[in-house]
Amino acid sequence: MPRFVLRRLASGVVLIVVITAATFFLLHASGGNIARRILGQEATEDTVVQKTHELGLDRPVLTQFREWLSSAIHGDLGASWFTSQPVSEAISSRLQVTLELVIGATIVSGIVAVALGVLAATRRGWIDRFVQFLAVLGFAIPNFLVALALVTVFAIHFKIFKPTGYTGLEEDPAGWLSTVTLPIIALSVGSIAGVAQQIRGSMIDALDRDYVRTLRSRGLPESRIVYKHVLRNAGGPGLAMLAVQFVGLLGGAVIIEQIFAIPGLGQVSVGATSQGDVPLVMGLVLATAIVVVTINLVVDLLQGYLNPKVRLS
Amino acid sequence: MTSLRRRLLRNPTGIGSLVFLVVVVLSAVFAPLLAPHDPNTANAYDTLSGPSGKYWLGNDGSGHDVLSRLLFATRLSVTLTAETLVIAAVLGIVLGLLAGYYGKIFEAVGTAATSLLQALPAIVVLLAAKSVLGPSDFAAMAVFGVLIAPAFYRVVYSAVSAVRGELYVDAARVSGLSDPRIIGRHVLTVVRAPAIVLAANIAGISVAISAGLDFLGLGDPSIPSWGGMLNDGFTNIFTQPLLVLWPSLAIGLTCVAFALLGNALRDELERADGAPKRRRRVKQAATVAVAPAAVIAHDDAPEEPGTDLLVVQHLSVGYGTPDGSVKTVVEDVTLTVRRGEVHGLIGESGSGKTQTAFSILRLLPSGGRIVGGSITFEGKDLAGLSAKEMTALRGKKIAYVPQEPMSNLDPSFTVGSQLVEPMRIHLGLSKSDAKARALDLLARVGIPNPGRTYAAYPHEVSGGMAQRVLIAGAISCDPELLIADEPTTALDVTVQAEVLDLLRDLQRERRMGVLLVTHNFGVVADLCDRVSVMQSGRIVETGPVRAIFAEPRHEYTRSLFDAILPDAEARGALPGVTSSGTLGEGVTA
Repeated sequence: MPRFVLRRLASGVVLIVVITAATFFLLHASGGNIARRILGQEATEDTVVQKTHELGLDRPVLTQFREWLSSAIHGDLGASWFTSQPVSEAISSRLQVTLELVIGATIVSGIVAVALGVLAATRRGWIDRFVQFLAVLGFAIPNFLVALALVTVFAIHFKIFKPTGYTGLEEDPAGWLSTVTLPIIALSVGSIAGVAQQIRGSMIDALDRDYVRTLRSRGLPESRIVYKHVLRNAGGPGLAMLAVQFVGLLGGAVIIEQIFAIPGLGQVSVGATSQGDVPLVMGLVLATAIVVVTINLVVDLLQGYLNPKVRLS
Repeated sequence: MTSLRRRLLRNPTGIGSLVFLVVVVLSAVFAPLLAPHDPNTANAYDTLSGPSGKYWLGNDGSGHDVLSRLLFATRLSVTLTAETLVIAAVLGIVLGLLAGYYGKIFEAVGTAATSLLQALPAIVVLLAAKSVLGPSDFAAMAVFGVLIAPAFYRVVYSAVSAVRGELYVDAARVSGLSDPRIIGRHVLTVVRAPAIVLAANIAGISVAISAGLDFLGLGDPSIPSWGGMLNDGFTNIFTQPLLVLWPSLAIGLTCVAFALLGNALRDELERADGAPKRRRRVKQAATVAVAPAAVIAHDDAPEEPGTDLLVVQHLSVGYGTPDGSVKTVVEDVTLTVRRGEVHGLIGESGSGKTQTAFSILRLLPSGGRIVGGSITFEGKDLAGLSAKEMTALRGKKIAYVPQEPMSNLDPSFTVGSQLVEPMRIHLGLSKSDAKARALDLLARVGIPNPGRTYAAYPHEVSGGMAQRVLIAGAISCDPELLIADEPTTALDVTVQAEVLDLLRDLQRERRMGVLLVTHNFGVVADLCDRVSVMQSGRIVETGPVRAIFAEPRHEYTRSLFDAILPDAEARGALPGVTSSGTLGEGVTA
């Protein structure tokens, strides 16, 4: 077990280094005159040269990356080129907000998708067709359209939720709920569709297995067979799908946060990328990669819990 | 391929979405002719006005004509989608073909690149790329094309590596065709269909992604785009809510049309691959074809009143077919199992014996049902019981030992927990009592280290052990009737005899009635008191084992005897029969 975790951790670290390196070189390879962009068109050539030197941009890219990496390992991600705010500071508070949305959406989609998937797989017939139809729609309709529809109906027309803004969970839980509910629903729709399809498929597959007949022959109640045995066996693929969706949710949050004016990573990302704020973009890519690697590790451990064969190998 | 196209045209969802998409493409192509106004001429005096005769869909926040902008924005969407598809398809298919066909290095590179590209959300990568590439949508979607290429890669790679080892590809190679010719002629045809399905889905995603980027305000503001219009509408949502509607409809409907088209294509492809997977059991059981003839019944010992445990009368089992008719697999079966006796049900594969056993348990595979007759167990007709009453009976009164030990244990739970569960339900035992009883049972069925097996997962025990576990599970609640479906067929020859001995001992010790389904007269000779011979869904001969062995009257019964190896060692008082199941392989139909 510990060896398995260590191996996954090591490959995760390699992945993070490769991703950040690739991003770094791409950003620098075609960055143009960064100092000029920071200082504006009025700046003299001398100040531009001086700024370039200050930022260390006149040195080889490899050296620059090595420096970035070694200070990143020590927790220093540098400062924004435009606001001089430390990158870790700019990201950390916003990362929490984004994670609240994404984890909330993951929990909601997990629960709703299991309910829909089980319903479709056990009842079949029109319920199954209806769930499948919903899944196609949910998969196809972009989340920002769902968000716009939700805002129009529930925030602007019925005024049940706040259309924009964000209240911290620790300062006012009720206010938090009223600001995150719509974004979480908007985010969840797509992943509910994906996960419900997966759960449905693997439930139908598992229900057809010999051991299910044997469990029935032992006189176990049908609900116990479905929710304890079949769902446990169908859970692995469903969980894998949920992990894939998590990465998608992280991306979807970027757009959703814009619609609801939520101060998460999305806002920083859009700002940082349109300005070409390399340290901030690097920080964002690093933060996202770490979250993704962590989630994949957690999912692997959960898979081991669900499937005894995975646990042993 | 042409047949796929033809079938798609008969699929209503498919044709509906196809027509819509054609309309979208046409309005993109003819946008300059269709648009009533210049999309970029802003009428500063007429902003946010609603629909009118001059401006059918009204004006946006800057005074542009909404309809004209919508049409020109369609151009952008169509072009961007085509761009993404071409890049993703070319990259993914070429790499997939190379990796699937040549393997090795291409494979390693492809897999590494795939996992790298999928470690980050696409939109984050796109945003990072934007900071370098600037506001051009074309550059961004080119990057997206690269990001989504792994989807094509995986489909093509798995299809090609599956086909790589096929004989006809080898034959083509031997006959001297060059690799490019083989790829073009034999391999590409395999991947074409799944790639088209995938393309429809990716097109939908790229419409959503490009609109999303423009909606975020990251696109080129000088070119009209659906996402940009959505942004404008959202900004003015309080004053002119209709403005959000048009681009929303354009984006939403196009995305849904692509998804439905992909779905319809996939459905038709699956249908082409031969109807939904047929159930194993159904396939095994052949339709009743023989003309009904009288059952040959041998003289039997007179029945003592009250000894009948299970009485099956005129049982018929059928399966619904797609055309609405019912296919009968068991017809007019009548048999009796008395208390404490072993009744063998013998016949070749597909004779309907397993279907008969499942119908007594009321565990027929989906689609199957009892279409006639009665199953009386301890005075109750099982065919008429509710699902709940039947559940209460199963495990407690009627138990089942399956054929294939390894697939009949739930792989996700320990052997012990699977043994304990029914005992806690039926006998109301506490956790510790149930565990103690489970350990006793494991010891009773001859498991050398009950504690270890109790804690083991099914994949950690051998087939013979698993069958002992299943037998222990079947007898755990002291059933009156045990239905054993070929309990030794899947086991090693050496283990077969041991398991038969165990079954016999348990049956005598607990005075259970047993219905033993088998294809092996050796097993019948070893265990059974009476036997019924089944052929093509009917019972053709029935009676005490000794009587039938002494004088098999039905032709089919005799042919089953003839199938037994002639030089087999005889055992016991029954002449001309092999010993236990150990030498019964010869009868396997």
